[in-house]
Amino acid sequence: MRTGNVAVLVGVVIGATAVAAEIPLSERKSGYDFMGPDTRAMQDDDTTNPGMLWVLDGEALWKRKAGAANKSCADCHGDAGTSMKGVAARYPAFDAGRGRPIDLEQRVNICRADRQQATPLPFEGKELLALTAYIGRQSRGMPIEIGDDERTKPFLEAGRDLFNRRQGQLNLSCAQCHDDNWGQKLAGAPVPQGHATGYPLYRLEWQSLGSLQRRLRNCIVGMRAEPYAFGASEYVDLELYLMWRARGMKVETPAVRP
Amino acid sequence: MARALINVPAKAKRGEIIEIKTLIQHEMETGFRVGTNGQVIPRDIITDFICKYNGEEIFRADLHPAISANPFFTFFTVATESGTISFEWSGDNGFAVSETATITVE
Repeated sequence: MRTGNVAVLVGVVIGATAVAAEIPLSERKSGYDFMGPDTRAMQDDDTTNPGMLWVLDGEALWKRKAGAANKSCADCHGDAGTSMKGVAARYPAFDAGRGRPIDLEQRVNICRADRQQATPLPFEGKELLALTAYIGRQSRGMPIEIGDDERTKPFLEAGRDLFNRRQGQLNLSCAQCHDDNWGQKLAGAPVPQGHATGYPLYRLEWQSLGSLQRRLRNCIVGMRAEPYAFGASEYVDLELYLMWRARGMKVETPAVRP
Repeated sequence: MARALINVPAKAKRGEIIEIKTLIQHEMETGFRVGTNGQVIPRDIITDFICKYNGEEIFRADLHPAISANPFFTFFTVATESGTISFEWSGDNGFAVSETATITVE
């Protein structure tokens, strides 16, 4: 009986629109624009934004020596305020060594393994979140630049395919919510356009900072599909597509979301 | 060591009402959750928060398991004199953090 109700509800949601169409550039809105004034104020003030706690941890980690090479991030990259400015706005980016795009988390871990000769940090662990939040913070306010890199084209297309592909027991695609029905309500909460402008971000529901992959995992479980493992290439392709979709929008890291 | 973020205005006029904001890093583990091994995760929360203005207590809060992680407090006081505003958090497992901020009252 319950599943029957869900099926009817989904039918209504899907029936409301015809085909998935990308949101015109001028009509794009960050998740920030869907939030209430309290949550916006929380994000805007660095002394009330809980994401800043991770940024401060990241700053300490940036200077801490690690691994067999006994090097810190700062030993190679110097002051993050200059060397990391705009970096997060360009990720996921193509990595020649791997022959495919990698996200910021993977970039940090490749650096750790190759340069610091340290063990890679686990996904969604405090340390990796802290470092990516700190690096991301250096690009706050800068426009997302996912350019026309020919090498990343096939992966961008793979991400687009995944975004538009119906999956899971609910037979939903990302596009059905975030392209076709943004601004509507899902369980009382507004459906945002799904622009990944502020990751890693502090989600009040999580009571913690989380990466974009954690958010994707949430959505995939919500469609009742099998989530990929953290670091899976499917996630990175999807991240690449989402960042391309948000090209030109401003980085908000660390953002706050309800 | 848990990090804390404090927002106290550096300067204020005598008699002015000022807003103080504090945010502290803490898991606030409720003691009601069960881990993947089937065992209850022991409670680990901040239990007390005290704010003193030049040694005099101006704000106190008792915290309970239902309070979210990374507790945020904001409250108001009257700027009476220049000096130090101190903040103390204490809780389970010997958790104790203190921070201070200075204010100049003209």
